Amino acid sequence: MIAPQSVGVVAPQRAEFTEPLALRSGGTLDNYHLVYETYGTLNAERSNAVLVCHALSGSHHVAGTYADAPHNVGWWDNLIGPGKPLDTRKFFVIGVNNLGGCYGSSGPNQINPATGALWGADFPFVTVEDWVESQARLADQLGIRRFAAIVGGSLGGMQAMSWALQFPERVANVAVIAAAPKLTAQNIAFNEVARQAILTDPEFHGGHYYAHGVVPARGLKLARMVGHITYLSDDSMAEKFGRSLRHGRNTYSYDVEFEIESYLRYQGDKFAGYFDANTYLLTTKALDYFDPAFEYGGNLPAALARATASFLVVSFTTDWRFSPARSREIVYALLHNKRKVSYAEIDCPAGHDSFLLDETRYHALLSAWFDRIEV
Amino acid sequence: MTSYRYDYEVITQWIEPGEKVLDLGCGDGDLLKHLMQVRQVQGYGVENDPDKLLASVKNGVNVIQMDLEKGLVGLEDGFFDHVIMSLSLQAMHNTQGILHEMLRVGREAVVSFPNFGYWRHRQSILNGRMPVSESLPHQWFNTPNVRFFTIADFDALCEMNGIAVRERLAFDEGKLMLDEPNFLASVAVYRLGRDG
Repeated sequence: MIAPQSVGVVAPQRAEFTEPLALRSGGTLDNYHLVYETYGTLNAERSNAVLVCHALSGSHHVAGTYADAPHNVGWWDNLIGPGKPLDTRKFFVIGVNNLGGCYGSSGPNQINPATGALWGADFPFVTVEDWVESQARLADQLGIRRFAAIVGGSLGGMQAMSWALQFPERVANVAVIAAAPKLTAQNIAFNEVARQAILTDPEFHGGHYYAHGVVPARGLKLARMVGHITYLSDDSMAEKFGRSLRHGRNTYSYDVEFEIESYLRYQGDKFAGYFDANTYLLTTKALDYFDPAFEYGGNLPAALARATASFLVVSFTTDWRFSPARSREIVYALLHNKRKVSYAEIDCPAGHDSFLLDETRYHALLSAWFDRIEV
Repeated sequence: MTSYRYDYEVITQWIEPGEKVLDLGCGDGDLLKHLMQVRQVQGYGVENDPDKLLASVKNGVNVIQMDLEKGLVGLEDGFFDHVIMSLSLQAMHNTQGILHEMLRVGREAVVSFPNFGYWRHRQSILNGRMPVSESLPHQWFNTPNVRFFTIADFDALCEMNGIAVRERLAFDEGKLMLDEPNFLASVAVYRLGRDG
């Protein structure tokens, strides 16, 4: 045992792909690139690779910091590093910015090689399955035939699950955290409100706002605000903000009165300052489309029959976006197929966002699970 | 290092190689691990205590977090060959419910429990104190047990619920007790089924 450490200063890398990628939406990406980061060392047998899939607003920057931006810490830094649950002394960890993302991989804010202009709204719809396909091609380039594990939370957990279905022979262990086998009508409804906020922003310009030198910041801000509500629990909001008033009394205005208003506006503004609206639209659609059981008439056990990996499924008691019941659907479907599966329901007050926290029991569980993995 | 209790030996004898086994209240997963090693079972544990769940994961067994008081909702009828509950029935409120659930999802149920009618326990009561023994190791004020019953009580419950007792073995500190088990045995292990 050593004290947990950071992976330190890291640098993103870029991989080019020239073999056309046929997308589920019917389109094709003739050539594309992915940016990614790696932590730890790939062993001689190339058997210790772990892929970390990101969620709605995540990126390839999963752990560590940048030399020119020491405060830009990776989004799952508390999980990954020497002495941390996903220990980089044992594993070679990879984070990839998904296709359609806005952190450097081919996406709306990148140049369309066919036109020489930014893709904007012309970037094709991408699905979880497309992402997995592209991640597999990155693994090919890195010489990784089979992952020791693929992990993800929320939309990242859906990618991890999809890996087990699309490439069962290429992944030994899968951790599906705070995820669901598909979105409910309520989940889609929240996504649709977010999309409408962006699509109806006068600065959206049909998705070609770059050409107009503007961004639909107001729409993106609203989208993030509504999203943020679903990431927190009623209890955590009550504890953090309650009905606290900024001025200690009602001011009878539409300026910030309640602290929760201040928090949501701040989070919305911050997000609108760095995230891309087209990526937000594409990614929420990928969430909506994800439904591996659809082509099996809604029969999830039949859909998961192809999976051979050992699964860890984790949910959080106060997550109402993807509640424990949604995770249990995955567990029962795996059980039906006599697959190896363990399931934990972590008692954590923080709602959906719990999966990003270093809650003691949660990280102890992940530590134990990663420790059992043979490389 | 696998350590196991003597009721594990009996349970192991009742399990055929390659069976699908569910262990309710699996603790650190030692029984399941033993059954995986010597019977190559496809084993799953159920545990609701986070520390024990963690221990099971460390032990390398499949473990599913579930509150047994709410039954085995989500598990399919007749899916398992054996559903085991080792020395946990006395710690459950919903005694009849869980027995029904065990025989719903399993072909047979295997249940072991401490016999409150054991002569040392009776002696203790006669002397005016609640029994504390190897099989009932806790004090009355800190015991996790909520149901106190005897072998005779359990036989009567099975009969009342139409549960067939296929086999029953009773022990006094590891020694098989064939005569007067309700008086001489501290622990009983049952193999249960449904007739017809």
